Amino acid sequence: MGPVLELRQVSKAFGASRVVEEVSLEIPRGSFFSLLGPSGCGKTTTLRLVAGFERPDEGEIRLNGAPIGHLKPYERNVSTVFQNYALFPHLTVRGNIEFGLKRRPAGERARRVRKAIEMVRLEGKEDRKPSEISGGERQRVALARSLVVEPEVLLLDEPLAALDPALRKQMRAELKDLQRRTGISFLFVTHDQEEALALSDTIAVMRNGRIEQTGTPEEIYLRPRTRFVANFMGAMNWIDGAGVRPEAMRVMRGPAPSGVRWAQAEVTAAAFLGNLIHLEARLPDGACVTAEMSRLDGSFAPGERVTLWWRQQDELKFPDEPA
Amino acid sequence: MRRMLALYAAGVYLFLHLPLAILALFSFNASRFTVWEGFSLRWYRAALSDRQLIEAAANSLVIGLAATAIATAAGTLGAYALWKRRSRWMAAALHVSLVTPEIVTGISLLAFYQWVFRFGGLRLGMHTVIGAHVAFCLVFVVLVVMARLRTLDPALEEAAMDLGASEWRAFREVTLPWLWPGITAAALLAFTLSFDDYVVTSLVAGVDSETLPMVIYAMAKRGVSPVVNAVSTLIATGLGVLILVSERLRSA
Amino acid sequence: MRTIRTIFLAPSALAMLLLVAAPMGIVLIYSFLSRGVYGGIEWPLTLENWRRLADPLYLHILARTIALAAAATALCLVLGFPLALFISRAGPRKNLYLYLVILPFWTSFLVRTYAWMFLLRETGVINVVLMGLGLIREPLGMLYTPGAVLVGLVYGHLPFMVLPLYAALERLDRSLLEAAADLGARPWQAALRVLVPLAAPGIRAGSVLVFIPCLGAYLTPDLLGGSKTVMAGNLIQNQFTQARDWPFGSAAALALMAIILTLLVAWVRREKEPLL
Repeated sequence: MGPVLELRQVSKAFGASRVVEEVSLEIPRGSFFSLLGPSGCGKTTTLRLVAGFERPDEGEIRLNGAPIGHLKPYERNVSTVFQNYALFPHLTVRGNIEFGLKRRPAGERARRVRKAIEMVRLEGKEDRKPSEISGGERQRVALARSLVVEPEVLLLDEPLAALDPALRKQMRAELKDLQRRTGISFLFVTHDQEEALALSDTIAVMRNGRIEQTGTPEEIYLRPRTRFVANFMGAMNWIDGAGVRPEAMRVMRGPAPSGVRWAQAEVTAAAFLGNLIHLEARLPDGACVTAEMSRLDGSFAPGERVTLWWRQQDELKFPDEPA
Repeated sequence: MRRMLALYAAGVYLFLHLPLAILALFSFNASRFTVWEGFSLRWYRAALSDRQLIEAAANSLVIGLAATAIATAAGTLGAYALWKRRSRWMAAALHVSLVTPEIVTGISLLAFYQWVFRFGGLRLGMHTVIGAHVAFCLVFVVLVVMARLRTLDPALEEAAMDLGASEWRAFREVTLPWLWPGITAAALLAFTLSFDDYVVTSLVAGVDSETLPMVIYAMAKRGVSPVVNAVSTLIATGLGVLILVSERLRSA
Repeated sequence: MRTIRTIFLAPSALAMLLLVAAPMGIVLIYSFLSRGVYGGIEWPLTLENWRRLADPLYLHILARTIALAAAATALCLVLGFPLALFISRAGPRKNLYLYLVILPFWTSFLVRTYAWMFLLRETGVINVVLMGLGLIREPLGMLYTPGAVLVGLVYGHLPFMVLPLYAALERLDRSLLEAAADLGARPWQAALRVLVPLAAPGIRAGSVLVFIPCLGAYLTPDLLGGSKTVMAGNLIQNQFTQARDWPFGSAAALALMAIILTLLVAWVRREKEPLL
């Protein structure tokens, strides 16, 4: 049982700009796979290549082992949830959801539509038009519409970007739950690293059309292979060419304990964030450092001289890259 | 300042509407002179029993419907194709068509027809007029339908195809329903332009294809006549209603 | 996908080819041919038609055409600006006021031109009213003058100026005028130094939309100007009908097109967004 979706050295250029370069991915069956990267890195184009809206210039795309790169979108058994949902304005919720089932007998169609509506909890709204429902509800219609055709892979293009923060957190949980319940493989595109970390079984970080690193959320966050990935996944402190995460940075008065790396610093700002304290300090050479600590570990005021210390194993080094 | 502006605006609106209003008013004048002699429908009766007028009106109707059908169909499909992918040649041709004065459209088509007829033995007639009307209506249809298309999210057709619909089915079931108000508005616009045209028609019409504007023009040239007033009022009202409906559809 | 696009584009492309491009091509060729004795078209290629256009008589017509078009544009601007301003400030009734501008325009150009004939002639309403009020003793000869043509042109094209002006003014930020007032400008000063420059795109659009059709006017000078006010359109029409000098008429038509196309190209170059 190989991967459900495979990309092998896929490249795509628009005119002179090479938007996707030699991208290779393997998406295990039934997993939640995220393509993460800043805007313009080529993640959306990669998604569109899988969906069939663009043709690859080079490379292969295989679904369950069979090449699909030459097939039209309606010939591929993958389905897309668009960023703006792309709901058909002249059709009702039900009309939208059953659009992809035209060729099924009426009884089966009704049954599958009902199941999909229950799955995304839209009962009672079947006869409304997209303009008559809320943003969150529209997103659920888009999900139901794509899931009802039972695709091998569900492609999601930043589906949570258009929602307000509170709704986003809630939909995140629902999305993860949906994936687990249906068992359908999800290919999820986002620029939000927190989202990717929370939802994914595997993350691929993209930059300038290339994959920088693929791995589990822990691997990507704790063992980034490049400086870019390290910086992208969260705040980083760079001291003498080594990176230390703010939460690994400890603050105390007095001398540092033995066996750790340490530095003297002067506190420049201390923000009380409720559960955390966000500290900013300046090193003797002028570099700025941030530390995140629980408020239970003490409080410090701007101007204080403190000792910062961290364990050597919490350092991230990238000897192959220029400083 | 506000009041002055409002007063001024009233004046301009008067300027815009009074001529037509006076025209309409005098079409009900019992006398043929510019002195009011009582309300009468005699000029309308005269107009509606004038054989030449009726035939010309029928011609205008037939030509209008035919030209509208052709221009709307061709223009809608063309606008869709151009929306999908720009064509610099077509865009240039359409721009030229837009700015060409009617007189130039007319004489160029006349010259073209006469040249073609040398090979076929055809003559000027209803078909040449219809062709000419399609020529100047097409760009307006494209403009109106394009404007409607621009309000459509291109992702919708992609979503349809993503769910298994072919390009043709996506067009039919997603784009076309959205387009209908624009298509109808374009058709009404084309009909109005065609029905009202004098300049181009006068040059390319044959003996059997006299249109209503041509008859009105001839009558107007001979001198002012209340019958012309009556016909004018009828036409103006009819076209006015059509355009109101078209504008309503456009903003729907 | 490409085949659907081609099939869909074909009818329009064919129509443009046969009904716009080919006719223009024929006219171009004709402009280099000669007029036959009985008005036909004969072979000897010649530049005579083009040379004739430089004749003072025709240059005069061209000058009059440009002058009338320019005057009509200027008048439309002056008359239309305050109206556009009014509509842009009209609140919820904006659409109604816009309709009232558009409506007369679309009710038959021929009819509206004829309406002015009805008003301006010696036994027309205006004269009757003025004489009736005792303001004049003899009827004014208003019809068949350049003035009448000007009125007709302005009347026919005013909406083309008002709509783009309205669009530009409507987008204007009211607080800019308030800032001007705050800095000491009187209303008319603010209007001149703030409103007009910011409405410039609308002024440009409206001017082009009035000037170009006025250059090609035929019906208005024909019905309202009589034989005394000949514009380019009348000249061209005459060559193709009474005078039966198609080659010369072709040259004149192309000269007119050349001027119009130059304006069009200048316009498209300047505004980044074409219409299509």
